[in-house]
Amino acid sequence: MSSAVVSTSAALGRPFVFDTQAVPEVSLPSAPAEGNKSRPPQRIRRPNLSAELASVDPRLAHIIPASRLNIRPAPEMVSSGVSAIDALTGGLPRGCLTEICGPASSGRTTLLLAALTAATRRGEFCVVVDASDALDPHSAVAAGVELDRLLWVRCGENSSQNFRHPEKHLPGSKKFRQQNQPASNQPDSRQSENCLEQVLRATDLLLESGGFGLIVLDLGDLPPQAARHIPLTTWFRFRRAIEHTPTILLAIEQHPIAGSCSSLLLQLGSADEIAAEQRKNTAHGASRGWIAGDDEAPEERKENCGGEQSTIDFQFATPPHAQLLTGMNINAELIRSRLDRKPAHSVTFATKTAWAG
Amino acid sequence: MPFACIYVPDFPVAAALRAEPELQARAVAIFEGKSPLEKIIAINDKATRRGIAPGMTKAQAELCSGLALRPRSPLLESAAHAALLDCAQSFSPCVEDAACDTALLDLAGMESLFGSLPEISRAISNRAASLGLAANVALASNSDAAALAARGFSGVTVIPAGKEAERLGPLPVGVLFANRLEKDRLDGDQKIATDRLLETLDKWGIRNLHALAALPKIALSERLGQEGLRLQQLARGRTSRTLVPVEVPLIFEEAVELEHPIVLLEPLAFLLNRLLEQLCARLASRALATQELRLKLELENFTSSNQPSTINHQPFLRTLRLPQPMLDAKIFLKLLQLDLNAHPPGAPIVKIHLAAEPARPRSAQGGLFLPPSPEPEKLELTLARIASMVGENNVGVVELLDTHRPQGFRMQRFVAETARKSNREKIPDPSEEKSAVTALRRFRPPLRVHVTLENSQPVRVACAKKKDAQGDVLWKAGPWRASGDWWEREAWSRDEWDLALRSEEAIFFYRLVHDLLGGGWFVEGTYD
Repeated sequence: MSSAVVSTSAALGRPFVFDTQAVPEVSLPSAPAEGNKSRPPQRIRRPNLSAELASVDPRLAHIIPASRLNIRPAPEMVSSGVSAIDALTGGLPRGCLTEICGPASSGRTTLLLAALTAATRRGEFCVVVDASDALDPHSAVAAGVELDRLLWVRCGENSSQNFRHPEKHLPGSKKFRQQNQPASNQPDSRQSENCLEQVLRATDLLLESGGFGLIVLDLGDLPPQAARHIPLTTWFRFRRAIEHTPTILLAIEQHPIAGSCSSLLLQLGSADEIAAEQRKNTAHGASRGWIAGDDEAPEERKENCGGEQSTIDFQFATPPHAQLLTGMNINAELIRSRLDRKPAHSVTFATKTAWAG
Repeated sequence: MPFACIYVPDFPVAAALRAEPELQARAVAIFEGKSPLEKIIAINDKATRRGIAPGMTKAQAELCSGLALRPRSPLLESAAHAALLDCAQSFSPCVEDAACDTALLDLAGMESLFGSLPEISRAISNRAASLGLAANVALASNSDAAALAARGFSGVTVIPAGKEAERLGPLPVGVLFANRLEKDRLDGDQKIATDRLLETLDKWGIRNLHALAALPKIALSERLGQEGLRLQQLARGRTSRTLVPVEVPLIFEEAVELEHPIVLLEPLAFLLNRLLEQLCARLASRALATQELRLKLELENFTSSNQPSTINHQPFLRTLRLPQPMLDAKIFLKLLQLDLNAHPPGAPIVKIHLAAEPARPRSAQGGLFLPPSPEPEKLELTLARIASMVGENNVGVVELLDTHRPQGFRMQRFVAETARKSNREKIPDPSEEKSAVTALRRFRPPLRVHVTLENSQPVRVACAKKKDAQGDVLWKAGPWRASGDWWEREAWSRDEWDLALRSEEAIFFYRLVHDLLGGGWFVEGTYD
């Protein structure tokens, strides 16, 4: 038997290619006859392949040709709530782990609320395991989240109880021991560890319970060194728990920490950082831009817009009380996807504040 | 018209065995009275074989090795009696509470529901066994014949119509009179009359019901009066009366008194499990579930000299409210354990009382195309476990309050009700899609900062706790003034700024708040 040709087909999503003699229904690379270049390739059919292989060597009886391997079905994709993200990634995959990374003010929470809005409007129940107790209910309502379908688990320093294994004794006076200790005396690192333990334990329980359409791990404000303490085996366990379920597991963090366990990795950044850097040199005059929503501008300033040093007197600059934060521009880059890759790797979309109208 | 009788022999023993099933294989005797004059009032068959008899003193009974002696417990007997009525009610709506150990049922029309009479009798016996009662069940064409058969024959007995005299004939005459417990409650005159009747019949040589039924009617009435005639009619199985149905209250309670106080969680869980199983079995027999469990623990009350006091036990109450009616003893036990871990009693336990509020079981029609939703039982357990970790107030759904106060919301219980919500489902129309809303990510508690002002406007922010929340102000909008609750003690007034801060690494957007009443500056959150 000639040596098998094993290409990196797995990475490309195509089945392995074995020796042509051993594989039925494989097209032979026969050279086309002169003047007949359009002749279709021949196919060899081997209906009794297993028996033939067994006759060569009994250990080969269990080999299944690649063409008969079941194709792993692609996960169902659902809307993330932002059409630009859906166009970039195809949506959020069910039964998979998705990571959304980025520093503060990069749009992570905005995308999180958009995903929650889409999920709750589909009639699904969602959970936010909030490591830093950072969720703002008013922002959620403004984004359109249906709060009665959202379970909020508030971990963090304000949790009233430490995570400890339940005592076997009934605590009480004299014969019983006190169970709880105040958390305020613990150092910050210990509090982060406790918080992380709560998050992971709560996520385990929720995944075991099942029935949720979207489970979010909000680790956005957790120190990166604390978030890196989550072992990969934990992420692997989470991924296995939601495999073949309709649950979307979404992790919000500052840096990617789940490794290859995540099926989709998005890196967010504020597109406004670049504009702001440019604007800094023109702060005196230019107040028009992506974040300013001032109603009126002096005529002189309008003429000098365009990134040039302005000579307008500062006293005519728009005062802060006339400024308004109207939104942000978010840049999302697709870092990794196990699904069909779309042509574009990054996309920019705009957000609006609730009061922008 | 068939009638059934469920009779529990040696009722005090049966009540004790219901609470302690592990005593089934042992000789058991129940005593009553004041020390040191306690007397044995009820025994089981194994104790009879060992020579124990009712009326013996406790001291005499203690001489018998391997005998389990238990004090009479009205609490356990009450629970057993309630279970007996629940069993009866699960087969007929017309039930007479004849005695603490006897229930009579009218089975008219029940054959179409439960099958033939033998099948019904077997089902009643099995149901009673599942509730912890070893009962005799008898069916006859009249209630008195059924009661006599249940008292006289052990196991399941079915008397065909017209064969009452023949089947009841071999029974001893004593079965006509009330059982020992009922006899003890009779007053002096009634007791004397009953004893005299029995003595007279014994002198005449009337040993069984067949002999009594064969006596001439007129002669019997001349000697024993109307009571004699009544007894003869009973012996012939020809009485006919309607039942006096009892409206069995829907009270599901189980209790147990402990000889020794409980200190550890494990034995408490063991007892709670038993009580919960009994409660759930009783609820299931009535096709009910429960939405509220009330646990009452009586605690040992220590006196000032640190000695346990036997009076005035302090009650410790816990109520477990469920989002939906459930009937799973294991889930209930787990929820109670988690609750007791979070709210420990604080003293040894001497008595446990558990009550369940009955409710109709939930009925939900599952839909093929409905989105997934968590199972209520699993979800309740999960939420209880999470609450034990993070605190009860830190898990649930958010309810916004009608106030402009910042952080104006509260946490409510999470209930996954798909039926109600499915009516409000809206399929999002792609054409109506709006831009994503910029979200605020809060710091709880808000970060105290030091702000450098120029012309009353912030130009630099310094925060000791978060290095990203400090730097020069690149852009600002505000202030937006808000205040409220000035008529309350917790008035508030603040100025809000939206800032773009340039820190070492990047540019961040924050909401800065100046507390006008307290005077401090805080970074409340970041726009993310």
